[in-house]
Amino acid sequence: MSTLTALAAETTTSGGEAAQFWILAPIAVAGGLGTVLMRRAVHSALCLAGTMVILALFYLANGAYFLGVVQIVVYTGAVMMLFLFVLMLVGVSAADSLKETLKGQRLLAAACGLGLGILLIAGIGQASVGSFTGLAEANADGNVQGLASLLFTRYVVAFEVTGVLLTIAAVGATLLTHRERIERNKTQREQAEERVRSGEQLPPLPAPGVYARHNAVDIPALLPDGRPSDLSVNPTLRERGQVREVHRQALADLAAIERRTAEYQGRAVTVTPPRRAGDAAPATDEGNDTPAAEGGGNGDHGDNGDNGRDNGPDAAGEEARR
Amino acid sequence: MSPENYLHLAALLFTIGACGVLVRRNAIVVFMCVELMLNAGNLALVAFSRMHGNLDGQIMAFFVMVVAAAEVVVGLAIIVMLYRSRHSASVDDASLMKL
Repeated sequence: MSTLTALAAETTTSGGEAAQFWILAPIAVAGGLGTVLMRRAVHSALCLAGTMVILALFYLANGAYFLGVVQIVVYTGAVMMLFLFVLMLVGVSAADSLKETLKGQRLLAAACGLGLGILLIAGIGQASVGSFTGLAEANADGNVQGLASLLFTRYVVAFEVTGVLLTIAAVGATLLTHRERIERNKTQREQAEERVRSGEQLPPLPAPGVYARHNAVDIPALLPDGRPSDLSVNPTLRERGQVREVHRQALADLAAIERRTAEYQGRAVTVTPPRRAGDAAPATDEGNDTPAAEGGGNGDHGDNGDNGRDNGPDAAGEEARR
Repeated sequence: MSPENYLHLAALLFTIGACGVLVRRNAIVVFMCVELMLNAGNLALVAFSRMHGNLDGQIMAFFVMVVAAAEVVVGLAIIVMLYRSRHSASVDDASLMKL
């Protein structure tokens, strides 16, 4: 503490502080840029938290020990966590839309920002800033004691008003987010009747991964004709672009494996290439050749039952043809 | 090191925050950019405090922090309320004061 105080007391500061400044300032600016430029709000919040920690270090270097600690506790500890809470409440998937509602607004805004920056820098250049006086005198009894003696004498009215402000803020936040339930809850019967009346998707939604290679939640179920089913995957995953589609390539690989197995076993090749949406409807006369149509009773094709688990799309397709 | 270095950094951060407020459409990110601007102001206040050798600047920065905390609480409550009624946190969707 005493060395830090001595550091802050110097009018022309040491090379150590210059090194600290030139290392940390670019990181702080990068964090600020990240806050603005990151598309996902969570990344923005993390960048801003980094910038705030670095600003806390700058406060400490400038002899504002109390503010440095308060910056970490209040800003990175409380305010940023509040931001993250609300982000989770609102939904992480809510990425910023890239659509401009006003034409050229983004470009104009960037130009305005640039102008503001030039204006500020020029203003600082015009002012006679001078050099640091240092806080050795003011911090003689300790920074917290110095702040307290000012806060409770000269600024005591402002301090009281701040207390009122915080109380109003707490009450206001509670009032804004509180929701009185006006109508009664719907019973289960009413919900069921409503669902029948609206006529959309009465049975449960299809589970993900049915007839596909895996049953992970991010893999859509396959419809009887081999197309992925949109209903089977959580819309949030689709919005985030995390759905693993069953690619045509994967389906073709599967068909090739089937064909090779069939050739090895010396039976007629019955595997049809997988079909996707938009492909022509399959001919129905092939149905006689399918193992499913022949039934599992034949000794030659007894192993088809085991293969059936692997060739999900094909089996499903053939089932549909019957 | 002179106060000018800190003032330039504060001006830069303030400009970045202002650009963010103008450019971003997500209300929460806009709020974060406002916080960045307030923090930049605080950095300038702390630098001024050291430049003049008294603690008034730090007191100002302290009050800015308190007001910012109150502002965040109310602002985030408003965002949550808007999200409940509109299912969107975009500032473009909140074009009317009423639902």
